[in-house]
Amino acid sequence: MEFYVISLLNGLSYGLLLFLLSAGLTLIFSMMGVLNFAHASFYMVGAYLGYALTQELGFWTALFLSPLLTGLLGALFERYYLRRVYAGGHVPELLLTFGLSYLILEGVQIIWGRSTIPFHLPSELDGAFFTIVSDVSHQMQVLWSWQGAQVVNALCDSSAQSTLTLQCTPFPTNRVFIMLMALIMMACLWALLNYTRLGLIIKAALTHPQMVQSLGHDVPSIFMLVFGIGTAMAGLAGVIGGSTFITDPSMALTVGSVIFVVVVVGGIGSLTGAFVASIFIGIMQTFAVAVDTTLAKMLTDMHFHLSPSALQNPILSLTVTQIAPILPYFLLVVMLIFRPNGLMGTKL
Amino acid sequence: MNLSSSRAIWIIFIATLGLLPLVFSSNLSLTLLSQMGIIIISCLSFNLLLGEGGMLSFGHAVYTGMGGYFTMHALNAWGKGQYFLPVTLLPLVGGVSSGLLAVILGFVSTRKSGTTFAMITLGTSELIASMALMFSDFFGGEAGLSGNRVTGHAIFGITYGPQIQVYYLIAFYCFISVLLMYLFTKTPLGKLLNAVRDNPSRVEFIGYNTTKVRWFTFIIAGFFAGIAGGLGAINFELVNSEVVGTMRSGAYIVFTYLGGINNFFGPILGAILLVLNYNLFSAYSKAWLLYVGFIFFISVLYLPGGIAGALKTNFDMFKKLMIIKRFDSSVTVEVSKKQLAILKCYLILFLATALFFFSVNIVIEMLYQLQLSDDLSYEMNYAGFSLNPTDIGTWIISFITNVLTFIIFNKARKNALSNWQQISEFTTQRYEQRVFVNDKKEIAL
Repeated sequence: MEFYVISLLNGLSYGLLLFLLSAGLTLIFSMMGVLNFAHASFYMVGAYLGYALTQELGFWTALFLSPLLTGLLGALFERYYLRRVYAGGHVPELLLTFGLSYLILEGVQIIWGRSTIPFHLPSELDGAFFTIVSDVSHQMQVLWSWQGAQVVNALCDSSAQSTLTLQCTPFPTNRVFIMLMALIMMACLWALLNYTRLGLIIKAALTHPQMVQSLGHDVPSIFMLVFGIGTAMAGLAGVIGGSTFITDPSMALTVGSVIFVVVVVGGIGSLTGAFVASIFIGIMQTFAVAVDTTLAKMLTDMHFHLSPSALQNPILSLTVTQIAPILPYFLLVVMLIFRPNGLMGTKL
Repeated sequence: MNLSSSRAIWIIFIATLGLLPLVFSSNLSLTLLSQMGIIIISCLSFNLLLGEGGMLSFGHAVYTGMGGYFTMHALNAWGKGQYFLPVTLLPLVGGVSSGLLAVILGFVSTRKSGTTFAMITLGTSELIASMALMFSDFFGGEAGLSGNRVTGHAIFGITYGPQIQVYYLIAFYCFISVLLMYLFTKTPLGKLLNAVRDNPSRVEFIGYNTTKVRWFTFIIAGFFAGIAGGLGAINFELVNSEVVGTMRSGAYIVFTYLGGINNFFGPILGAILLVLNYNLFSAYSKAWLLYVGFIFFISVLYLPGGIAGALKTNFDMFKKLMIIKRFDSSVTVEVSKKQLAILKCYLILFLATALFFFSVNIVIEMLYQLQLSDDLSYEMNYAGFSLNPTDIGTWIISFITNVLTFIIFNKARKNALSNWQQISEFTTQRYEQRVFVNDKKEIAL
């Protein structure tokens, strides 16, 4: 039971991080029709800038400044380069952002090197946020971090001595931090789009750019701003994700293809769809990594009778953990066969 | 292009393919030429999608790579005596199997066009790339699959042992594939494909199924990509998970675009650059990927037609100028002057670019030296000069040269641009007048 609770929460926090990334991507896409291939590269820039600023100014300042700087870089890129190729249609835009992803990767490697850099969350966020303690009869008790470390230590240390009686499953504070940050960002974005004048203009420019332009609003500047906001969100996700997980030059590639899957599965251009898809993929990935079983075993558990040769089958004898990396792409293909517009996508 | 000049081009092409290994006969150049032949097929098949069909695929390496794997399996099966197929025909195994794969994956990918298509191909490419590390029975795991192309009894004494025989096998397939792909662009389906690229809704209105057109093209591109992959397997006698990787797909995009996607023959230039880059330039500099990325970025911004496009524009303009000269003898001197002026501008621009490039190059190389140097002394050798990247003086000097060369470069660029605009305006104007005069003459007659 506690395994499911913890995995679900882990999945949720990963899913929310994915949403923080894909929200920026979706925002940019639904507004300008530009699929920013370098979005994950801005995530990486955010993480590296966060690291550099943490060295100088401390983590909390970096958490604030790094997204701003990343957003500024994104806005400048839009203003001086991307804007030049709008006339050529969507393929040049994709190609330009694809080229940018090369440049960012190499630039990051020149400045910070090719190996993993030691970027960690501050010590305040270490440790467990709560610990689920369960005994043999599956009775559970939740120990919160503010109840004092002594209580947890006392229970769990004694359980280490007699492992059969008590089992402790901690849930780390940094995951709670991820969730919190993502939810705050979501709330801000939602409030910005729905309750401000700027949000009104952005939403109007989304569907009727010419009309908004003729009403006297500077649509190109709005585009620049939206691009900046989108990349700033990627930068924020970078600071959080980079410090919680890992910061190295391959981080953009790892996360990049997953967020594209999220965006396509959710339906290109739909924020709600991106949210549902992020949470789903986050939870699915987390469970797949945590479950230690093979497909053959699962089928036998489900009362399928498998012949001995089927049990030896290379595909069926793979563990779920081994399959985990391809699951999102598999989901993508299945989704495209049955619902080519994605979960919430309108026909493009 | 009329028939006789088109035939001449093919004869020149076949002669070049045949004669090149006689001119460049060293081992290195033979290796390079073989790779070029393979990559030409890959890039052209990629351009059937991007250039002819407007479909940006981020996963073309899946089809070249899977063709390689299937060919390698066929080669090994033959080696074990399971069935007989001469090595000469093996690339077709790769072609057919990649074509079949493209039937399945293409059905999923081509349901959408534009941006969504690009994302789906990225997803399917990641799917195959992760599978390559997962199913080691088929993909051979980390080490990959290896084979021996000298198997069975030789036909007409062709064992494919020496590289030169493999080169001629590649050249043969290269010629046939290029010819077939060229002819494909001339078929009704090829023309329809261009229409689907330019105005899909109009094509739908006429009554064609755009999805089907994209899908068929995808299968054809997959088939030729598979042939390239099969040739690669025979050439290297090794396929590993790298051949289906995203890096390789990226390389196809970058170099095909650099070569020129609007011109059928542009990707051939791109393929040649790709091979030179991966084999020669990568040895000179650790930062070569940065340069490639930078050149690609600039090319997307300022040179949408790639190298072939730029060459064609200038070639066309010079041709028009020649015609103007012939029709109107009063401007002969003026036109010649203009031609000389623009050539001079290009030369200056080229020199200025080279100057600027090298001054930036020094900085980047010094940065990389600081980053990657193994020994404690950072002393490095740059074109005979000894540079010390830890010395502040070196940085000040290189900063100043950077600024200076940039000013020179910018001036040359502006000069060339204004000259170009002037001359192209002149050309269009006079060319139209020529047509006008011509018409009048015809009326008078």
